[in-house]
Amino acid sequence: MSCCGTNPGYDEIDEVSRLVSTKLAAFLKTLRDNGFPVGLAEGQDAASLMGAGYAAKPGLLRSAFKHLFSARKSDWEKFDGIFDAFWLGKRVRSRSIAAGLAKAANNPSLKSLQDADARQAGSQSATDQIPSPDDAPEGRSGEGRMEGASRAESLAEVDFRKLADPDQIEQAHAAAAQLAKTMRTRLSRRDLARRRGYRLNLRRTIHNNISHGGVPIDLVMRRRKQKPLRLVILLDASGSMSLYTGVFLRFIHGVLDEFREAEAFLFHTRLAYVSGAMKEKDAGRALDRLSLLAQGAGGGTKIGESLKTFNRWHAARVIHSRTVVMIVSDGYETGDAALLGREMAALAKRCRRIVWLNPMMAWEGYAPVAAGIKAALPHIDLYAPANTLQSLTALEPYLARL
Amino acid sequence: MKNREQIAQGLAACGYIADADLATAVSLMQLLRRPLLLEGEAGVGKTEVAKALAAVHATELIRLQCYEGLDQSAALYEWNYQRQLLAIQAHRGSDADSIEDQIFSEKYLLERPLLAAIRRAQPPVLLIDEIDRADDEFEAFLLELLSDFQVSIPELGTIVATTIPHVVLTSNGTRELSDALRRRCLYHYVDYPDVEREARIIMARIDGASASLSLQIARMVESIRKEELRKVPGVAETLDWAAALVGLDVRDLHDAPETVHETLMCLLKTQEDRARVTREVAERLLGKVA
Repeated sequence: MSCCGTNPGYDEIDEVSRLVSTKLAAFLKTLRDNGFPVGLAEGQDAASLMGAGYAAKPGLLRSAFKHLFSARKSDWEKFDGIFDAFWLGKRVRSRSIAAGLAKAANNPSLKSLQDADARQAGSQSATDQIPSPDDAPEGRSGEGRMEGASRAESLAEVDFRKLADPDQIEQAHAAAAQLAKTMRTRLSRRDLARRRGYRLNLRRTIHNNISHGGVPIDLVMRRRKQKPLRLVILLDASGSMSLYTGVFLRFIHGVLDEFREAEAFLFHTRLAYVSGAMKEKDAGRALDRLSLLAQGAGGGTKIGESLKTFNRWHAARVIHSRTVVMIVSDGYETGDAALLGREMAALAKRCRRIVWLNPMMAWEGYAPVAAGIKAALPHIDLYAPANTLQSLTALEPYLARL
Repeated sequence: MKNREQIAQGLAACGYIADADLATAVSLMQLLRRPLLLEGEAGVGKTEVAKALAAVHATELIRLQCYEGLDQSAALYEWNYQRQLLAIQAHRGSDADSIEDQIFSEKYLLERPLLAAIRRAQPPVLLIDEIDRADDEFEAFLLELLSDFQVSIPELGTIVATTIPHVVLTSNGTRELSDALRRRCLYHYVDYPDVEREARIIMARIDGASASLSLQIARMVESIRKEELRKVPGVAETLDWAAALVGLDVRDLHDAPETVHETLMCLLKTQEDRARVTREVAERLLGKVA
């Protein structure tokens, strides 16, 4: 049972067990750092497993720990790599993990990216590809209004890309998070007001009227349970959207926090499932975790292919009959537009409504002529601009009616 | 440990061919007394695990099928109101206390699966099927039950478990489960079996399936799974197909390509998939099967 071979003395056994438990504690920490939900109870169970002889063979220990520590499929899949790297010191595995990290370090993180973009926003707005002669002056007047009496009010109407100073950006982020919060409470209260039964619940009625000797005086009604509205957000994090991703990420963070049912995905050239990372309480940390997932952000956009991945692998799980899919994208498809059309049709069949938010819609002179958005338009239920906080707020009544 | 092989053999004897990982999970279940959460695509045999487990332990299988709106009265216990009312009428005129004592006794208690599972003399296997279909509230309630193994009934007092059941939960992933429940459970992801294991499953389950035919079927199914399908066939579908082929007296897939194509309906359950795997595709796949 022991892996030491010779018969060790008591002191040595003590020493060995102390080493093992230190190593185990370090392993637990590694797991926690990798996002595994490991608590004290699991640590104790792990120790008792090692005591019960599961440590005799690495394969057996790995399998046992895998069942104990994993909580979902993603954990299940990455566990072997982490275990081998930690306990067996396998170079190949550890290098592949390290490689992922290095890549993230080389790439500009999503957060720094959007901060940088936001800083440049003022100068960039003049060179945008959409002709807008009054862009620069309006930008300045927008900043001017910031100094006025009701900051929050005016902030609501300013295009996100024209926000320049970090304070304002922070304010907009906070407002977006707050907006998500109010949307949630408003929606749930509407739900409550509708509660009224239309069928009699006989069992409950008899039960409640036992005190009346079985004469049904207090009636208990039965009603259909309303499924809460589920919001699935697909956010375009490509280069052309970079001026807006920051605010929307904060909005999504707020939505995931406040809505009972919400899921978030990020896409650029491929699709990433980000609900887990976004559930981090602290918005800053959530964005940091996200930047690891969003490698390649700021490049081209393959909306069609991302949607295909979504339909194939995620749709069955995250979409039910009361689901609104919200796609936030400018619709500049660098891939195949026909594919986008097909996938949008498939998605429209599955979910209740598709809302497409296009921040560029509010730009002057914008028309949906890009091949991608043209292919997608027939399947969209609501096509709206989302370039200001106000336009985001305007969505809420629409969602409430579903 | 040594009972890991025993478990694998025991499961095999009951018609469930388990991989080494699953045998470990079952042995851990006993050692740590934690519930086992099984996730995986539909039709990979999650429910079968519980059935086989009950057979191995030679014990009862108590099944709770979850659905939306499942509540305590359907899952845990309920009073038999009709009988209570009758009793009240029958004892009209007698002392109120004595009537109360009588109608709130075991005799009028209807056991539902969860209560039944903790009151058996021999620990049963409790299968909580498709937990993801139940509501969040029910999940929270279940979590409490699974950690304390006691139920309090206001009129009767607390009922403590006489035995701790072997709990198996399954989930299809229609809803994300809470972290608390996941942490409480051992986790096992049930994947599609590899060719060899699938062939052994076919041989164990279908009478009259020869080794060579089983292997051919398993290979064919594996290559079909690699096609881009909307609904990937699970083990249950494989077994249906194997049963169909055996029933139609097919000895070798290459001898009867016609029958193979016609019986593919056992595997492909949507019109799109059916259209995708045309006669030519089926023949190409068949050609790859040695």
